Amino acid sequence: MHISEGVLSGPVLLSGMALAAAGTGIGIKKLDFDHLAEAGILSAAFFVASLIHVPIGPSSVHLLLNGIIGLLLGWAAFPSIMVALFLQAIFFQFGGLTTLGVNTVVMALPGVVCYYLFAPLLWKKKPVAVGAAFACGFLAVLGSALLLGGALYFSEKNFLEVATLAVMAHLPVMIIEGIITAFCLEFLKKVNPEILPARAGRPPVTGN
Amino acid sequence: MISEPFASGDSFLHRLDPRVRILAAAAYSFTVALSYRLPNLLAALVLALALVALARLPLNQVLPRLKVVLGFLLLLWLVLPWSYQGTTVARLGPLAVSREGLLLASQITLKSVAILLALIALLATMTTARLGHAMNQMRIPDKLVFLILITYRYIFVIEQEYQKLWRAARIRNFRPGTNLHTYRTYAYLIGMLFVRAAARAKRVHQAMKCRCFQGKFHTLEEFASGRREWLFAAVMLLLLTGMAVYELAPAAVHHLFTLACGSPK
Repeated sequence: MHISEGVLSGPVLLSGMALAAAGTGIGIKKLDFDHLAEAGILSAAFFVASLIHVPIGPSSVHLLLNGIIGLLLGWAAFPSIMVALFLQAIFFQFGGLTTLGVNTVVMALPGVVCYYLFAPLLWKKKPVAVGAAFACGFLAVLGSALLLGGALYFSEKNFLEVATLAVMAHLPVMIIEGIITAFCLEFLKKVNPEILPARAGRPPVTGN
Repeated sequence: MISEPFASGDSFLHRLDPRVRILAAAAYSFTVALSYRLPNLLAALVLALALVALARLPLNQVLPRLKVVLGFLLLLWLVLPWSYQGTTVARLGPLAVSREGLLLASQITLKSVAILLALIALLATMTTARLGHAMNQMRIPDKLVFLILITYRYIFVIEQEYQKLWRAARIRNFRPGTNLHTYRTYAYLIGMLFVRAAARAKRVHQAMKCRCFQGKFHTLEEFASGRREWLFAAVMLLLLTGMAVYELAPAAVHHLFTLACGSPK
């Protein structure tokens, strides 16, 4: 999910940049030397996985996965997502330089919120954990869609219809993303629990 | 799936110091994104096309790149003209098409296309490795540049991992459809991608530590700014300042023009 260049107003672009800079600053600070490579390679995985198209009815959607990235990386999701978005702008011209801040906040902020909400529930009994995982995927996309709609609306009040349509269009993505996040986290718990936040809710990558 | 088709070349722009190009791309993007006057936006589009020509990029490869903004622009053209309150210029059945809505949709279309073309001409004409080294010399935090470079380095590796997993699924007769089995398969596939990425990260980190890695990639590449760079920077600065002045005070620019061309009496 990203906003193209030339759509948003100056104040929205600036606030996006300020928020993204703050989040990235925190993320970079928490990301110590021993985990840089891990964050980089996970952000490469995020880049690749977000190119996957999943069929729905006659059409297909591409995944955002910001819920899982938030859970895996905590605050480091900010620099990770910013870097992936920057590379997408260079490679495919998705988004661009002026919208990098807003797009980073749109994707990363819900991920970090989901990390705080759902990391503690991850190791509860199975129904709770699966429900939390579904909610994590669902709410991360919902949060992103609302932030995107908000960015459009605050740029230009007449974007209300466009913004509403953009949010509605993400409804199926939310459901699919929830299902995939639920399955994916169950899978990771069985196969490689070390990369998930530990039971105490400690960030796995940022290591502090 | 992922490639850098414009990065190799031997044009004026390809040879220009990457740092100057990054600064020019940023200055251009912000000036155009914050401009609203149509003459300005048309000038910006012409400038972007000039940059594409200067980089000698084949148009039949550049134009398909516009696809990425097409969807959103189409949505805008479908919704804005009738949802924007303003002077009605036409009626389509019960819907009133407003002048302001059409204007806004055209402004956004021009801006998106212009910035996208300029970005291709200025930034996509260097490899990401060069871009990272140039950013490092521009005092962008080391950790961020390192993240960009290592992400770039591993995107291709991880993509191959994905292709491998995808082939394995296809060989086992996996046909994606709208059902739970498909979503579960994709979820496991993505999960496996993260598992392999994490395992690789551990190996890479150990290998880098063995080689005394201290948080920064060093480069032997030297960037030099000569007369060519100053000329390019001066021309860009002049044009962008002109656009900014026209955006803020169009009367002043009109006045200058009449002074320069003689008053039309």
